[in-house]
Amino acid sequence: MDIGNVTYLSSLATGEVGIVHNLAGGRGFVGRLAALGFTPGAEVTMVQNFGHGPIIVIVRDTRIALGRGEAWKVQVIKKKGEQQ
Amino acid sequence: MMNERTITVALAGQPNVGKSTVFNLLTGLSQHVGNWPGKTIEQKTGTYHYNGTTVSIVDLPGTYSLTANSLEERIARDYIIRKRPDVVVAIADASALERNLYLVAELLSLPAPVVLALNMIDVAEQQGVHIEPHVLEAALGLPVVPMVATKNRGVRELMEAVDRVSQDTTAYIPSRPEIRADHQAVLAQIQQLIAGAVPEPYPEDWVALKLLEGDEEITSMMQERLDEARWQEVHTILMQHEDAILAVAGGRYEWIGRMIRAAVVRPRIGQVILTDRLDRYATHPFWGLLILLGMLGLVFWLTYTVGAPLQELLDTYLVHAGAEWVRSALGGAPVWLVGLLADGVIGGAGMVITFLPILVIFFAALGLLEDVGYMARAAYVMDRFMHLMGLHGKSFLPLFLGFGCNVPGVMGTRVIEGQRARLLTILVAPLVPCTARMAVVAVLAPIFFGPHAALVSWGLVGFSLVMLAITGVALHELVLGGEHVAFIMELPLYHLPNARTIGLCVWQRTVAFLKKAGSIILVVSVAVWALSVLPGGKIESSYLAAIGRLLAPLGGLMGLGWRMMVALLTSFVAKENTVATLGVLYGAGEEEARLAEIMGGILTPATALAFLVVQMLFIPCVATMATIRQETGSWKWTAFSIVLLLVLSFSVGIVIYQLAGLVGWGV
Repeated sequence: MDIGNVTYLSSLATGEVGIVHNLAGGRGFVGRLAALGFTPGAEVTMVQNFGHGPIIVIVRDTRIALGRGEAWKVQVIKKKGEQQ
Repeated sequence: MMNERTITVALAGQPNVGKSTVFNLLTGLSQHVGNWPGKTIEQKTGTYHYNGTTVSIVDLPGTYSLTANSLEERIARDYIIRKRPDVVVAIADASALERNLYLVAELLSLPAPVVLALNMIDVAEQQGVHIEPHVLEAALGLPVVPMVATKNRGVRELMEAVDRVSQDTTAYIPSRPEIRADHQAVLAQIQQLIAGAVPEPYPEDWVALKLLEGDEEITSMMQERLDEARWQEVHTILMQHEDAILAVAGGRYEWIGRMIRAAVVRPRIGQVILTDRLDRYATHPFWGLLILLGMLGLVFWLTYTVGAPLQELLDTYLVHAGAEWVRSALGGAPVWLVGLLADGVIGGAGMVITFLPILVIFFAALGLLEDVGYMARAAYVMDRFMHLMGLHGKSFLPLFLGFGCNVPGVMGTRVIEGQRARLLTILVAPLVPCTARMAVVAVLAPIFFGPHAALVSWGLVGFSLVMLAITGVALHELVLGGEHVAFIMELPLYHLPNARTIGLCVWQRTVAFLKKAGSIILVVSVAVWALSVLPGGKIESSYLAAIGRLLAPLGGLMGLGWRMMVALLTSFVAKENTVATLGVLYGAGEEEARLAEIMGGILTPATALAFLVVQMLFIPCVATMATIRQETGSWKWTAFSIVLLLVLSFSVGIVIYQLAGLVGWGV
């Protein structure tokens, strides 16, 4: 796997894939995201990102909508060359 | 039967896994819907009979995990720990097995045997995910039953498995997840520190895990239990490992990965499925709004073309005919008795009945949109607007339905997850101007403002919504703690609606309205009727008028005389009463033209405007109030809602009147 730089989930473009690196934020928030499958190492595919407003991603076969502020707290490593 | 065995089974599952479909299949019409003790969260119970065994089934709230993040999660885990059901059935969506097993991973550390129901196995197959239940069963060490609840497949097998496990738990040796390797030493350390201090019935290793997860409830429980020095030790470790939640969750997902590795075959990934194709439009910032508006337009069109005529038919042939029949049948009876029955009782009951067509249509529409999976999309599209008020995107639909009628608006808040968000929505719901309020405006605005009536009416609607937003923000900050509501929401796959699920949902809500709200409406209607005719039989000299006169000083601040205060009071029974009361009190009878003539001559624009504003913001009709009581399960919040709206409507009325007076409208 080609490891790129750590970036924020909200900066993945539609169709791009990332690997969850870390989660920032309070315990409750991190706990909720982790339960939904956002744990380090999980693959995340960006389904919808218009550059503003909420985003939609697929993580562990589930479509999850996240507010932009929430998506900003998820650090991911962008996977290169995996456009879907 | 000689000795019928009774066992208790709890249904657990994440949201959107078809749990209520399974519950409905098992319990049918035997179910009882109430609230969890002291909570505003719906509790459903029911029974199922199997081979001479009575299975009492408790539907736990749908939750993604079992940390004390939300009230739902607390309720679910407290039930399992304290009430110890004989079996917990975990229902999983087979098409998203990994994430669904997360809840199972949590359930396995609680003291009740688990049976896994793999629901929607057909959806998984359609997406090319093939699951071997037997392989999964062997890996997990617990019974795994594939099923398609919407097609009634696998239910019998599920109950067989439940029965087996409940009779003999010796064969039940499940695999259990472990914390990620790098945190195992810390966990052991905490286990050692709390050993012996954990109160019954909590399992010790579970408590240790929850401490590391940062679970607030368990943390404060252990802080109380442990002596100061011991707690400091634990606390220091916890502070050093603040990110342990990721190790715990990560450990669970690693375990899940091992469990499904051999059992799940997925030939290819990345195919575009129907859900993705539909979502290209349904969640688009522009097309999504358009689709949402279209859907809502359709619901309201249906309400007015089907619901309204039905309502009129019921009113004419049932309510009015009933009242007439009572009058003629009791020709010789005392006048007060005839009045009580014909106007009080039938009037009240009639109102409940005429509500039904609109309620059924709204409930069916809501149920359908929820069942096909569209509700989450609507919430997604509206979320950025609703968030400004501290509300969840899911608050939008119920509030919007409130334009038709506040009753389904309040009941519709059941789709909102999270007790606070739901309560907040219920509290602001009466500020959505319903058709009945608008009907009053439609009659009075032309009388008061002639050619400017349309402008004033739209202004009033806009003003109500602004007040709703301000109230929402204020309540969010002041009463409910102002905590930021993180926007994280699953968008479930679209699927075909299930008539049984929707039908039962409409049935339950309608029955709940008739049973609980109905009786309150009847009592209040009769009481207000009595106040309006006692002691002399005329409203002008009634107790109600006396109350109106008593309130006149307060009304004076808004320019409202006692007649208008009485009109407001009678609007509590039904908003439409406002016009009728004004007609009687100003001696205009039933004729609106006459009322226009009289009132137009007396009222200043300032008074007229203040009256309309107060009318818009005043406490809703008794049906809505009764529904608020029913949905919050609390008289305290019902009273809070009444006081809130009284204070809001009167203070805004006073400000409007005084301001209008300043700019010279007071003459």
